[in-house]
Amino acid sequence: MSILTWTWILTGLSFALYIYIAYASRAKTTGDFYVAEKSVPPFMNGMATGADWMSAASFISMAGLISFLGRDGSYYLMGWTGGYVLLAMLFGPYLRKYGKFTIPQFIGDRYYSNTARVIALVCAIFVSFTYVAGQMRGVGVVFSRFMDVSINTGVIVGMALVFFYATLGGMKGITYTQVAQYVVLITAYLIPAIFVSMNFTGNPIPQIGYGSMVTAEGAALLNDPSTQGKYLLDILNTLNKDLGFAAYTTGQRPMIDVFFITLSLMIGTAGLPHILIRFFTVPKMRDARSSAGWALIFIALLYTTAPAVAVFARTNFIKTVNNVEYVNAPSWFKNWEKTGLVGWKDKNGDGIMQLRPGKWDDPKSANEVKIDQDIMVLASPEIAKLPNWTVGLIGAGGLAAALSTAAGLLLVISAAISHDLMKGIVKPSMTDKEELWWARGGAGVAVVIAGLFGIYPPGFVAQVVAFAFGLAAASFFPAILMGIFNKKMNKEGAIAGMIVGIIFTAGYIYYFKYGNPAANNPAGWWLGISPEGIGTVGAALNFVVSYVVSKVTAEPPAEIQHLVGSLRYPGKLEAPAASSH
Amino acid sequence: MSIHATKELQAYWKENLFYIAVLLGIWFFVSYVCGILIVNQLDAYTIGGFPLGFWFANQGSLITFVALIWIYVWLMDRLDIKYNVQQ
Repeated sequence: MSILTWTWILTGLSFALYIYIAYASRAKTTGDFYVAEKSVPPFMNGMATGADWMSAASFISMAGLISFLGRDGSYYLMGWTGGYVLLAMLFGPYLRKYGKFTIPQFIGDRYYSNTARVIALVCAIFVSFTYVAGQMRGVGVVFSRFMDVSINTGVIVGMALVFFYATLGGMKGITYTQVAQYVVLITAYLIPAIFVSMNFTGNPIPQIGYGSMVTAEGAALLNDPSTQGKYLLDILNTLNKDLGFAAYTTGQRPMIDVFFITLSLMIGTAGLPHILIRFFTVPKMRDARSSAGWALIFIALLYTTAPAVAVFARTNFIKTVNNVEYVNAPSWFKNWEKTGLVGWKDKNGDGIMQLRPGKWDDPKSANEVKIDQDIMVLASPEIAKLPNWTVGLIGAGGLAAALSTAAGLLLVISAAISHDLMKGIVKPSMTDKEELWWARGGAGVAVVIAGLFGIYPPGFVAQVVAFAFGLAAASFFPAILMGIFNKKMNKEGAIAGMIVGIIFTAGYIYYFKYGNPAANNPAGWWLGISPEGIGTVGAALNFVVSYVVSKVTAEPPAEIQHLVGSLRYPGKLEAPAASSH
Repeated sequence: MSIHATKELQAYWKENLFYIAVLLGIWFFVSYVCGILIVNQLDAYTIGGFPLGFWFANQGSLITFVALIWIYVWLMDRLDIKYNVQQ
């Protein structure tokens, strides 16, 4: 059967499964809808968190991106996993003990202030929308590449599916579809990686394989017998240097920037509402800790495979494409040329493909080969000469990654509207049933808006990741951390800190991305910190401002301090004796 | 199930904070120190075909993160039993 047929079959089967699960676990109460009745086992919650976390970009683009960045790509690997350690130790268990439904609600209760709650809900909606826009686009892109339909048709099909299971099932439906989606996406990602690793190095574990020696079989695949018995990374370093690139295992970015980007991504992870609310869904405090442990195992499985895929793909790409006559180009190269992900322009007219640094369409550059980062994952099954069904599986995996993340984000938006805005502030007298309708309606409207972002992508889509992580880092992370670990933090401090953090971070990113893009380079940045890393500074400012303001204003009421105390222990905390000073 | 004595509460919380401080110290060391600040110096050593610093940045810190969370899970389970607040 052809790749196209296999893709349709596997995608169709996976969609049918998601719809069945959503129907079987539809929500009946707001508790179901927001937090799946706090009944999700930690192992399952870990899987759902993994699917929630790994987006279309993680699945399709990350390995390719790393293959260009070399060691600098590690800030994604460390930055998008290290936050789970913070979640397990600093946030998860305490938020679970708090036991309500949303992050803005926690902020509002802890800081006894509707103003704080509104700031948090606006921030949650903004962060989630910027993030979800890219996911719906991702759904469309996967459809168009694998299934010969337009991007817009793909977005609409994706919208219809998410609309169905997010409005019907809420958190309960989303959780169990995410479990299925995790299984689909990790299978799709690992199978080609394992086979590629075996083909090149004889080691079935890609994480070890890319630090191993090339076997005779691998050398044959690379068309170069002299590579046999050499370490793969040494081969790639030499290839990179011969072609004029920097050695693969070295870094190019200034160290301070790598440091700040990594930290910004980590604390941004720990501040993202769609990840935080997953800790509300488990039965007990200790389950929140083990949930984070399971989640990180499931995430690290993909995140430690990605750099291996990057190394295998780049080495293979250089060896089988560079300095090869176009007529002898590998079949996968010609297959994917139709999609525009790879291309060749014979600038010097010698009929040979030259891969060099620089842009392929820049007449001044000697580079003749176009490589889109996405090709490294998408073409990996063909590079490993795997059967057609594995290529179809990559399509289903990419869709699973995009849909699961989109659903988690849409739930945050819907809960912010129904629970925080409508029930919390506008009409507290609302019944549970009414609220559930608002929640479903909110999810429905959010899906439609996200779909429109997918069809008419706003110019900022490519840059939203910096925004989402920067804002989550500068607003939620400090406010929640101090809410749990500093009993004396008061509403004045938290509100002032959040406002300063948000304005500073958004302002910095806006200035370099839109205001003055010409200055967006290491020389123009403040202290050499890029917009991607500025969330760290925003968070630090938030901490300082909150602390200073809280010192000169009234301390929080005794019942709030008691609430904070109760978050720290399992079980019930008895009311404090007369003086708690 | 519930903790009564304030003193015991504070001791429980203090031990928890101590665990967090030590584990986050390791968290910082493997990623920010080994994977970023002294990565070039560590690259002078290799494990298998990996330069050591590169390995920490690519794999070592991630594996350590997983281990740290599970160690914390284990420590806190023990702590809950010690203070008789296990759930």
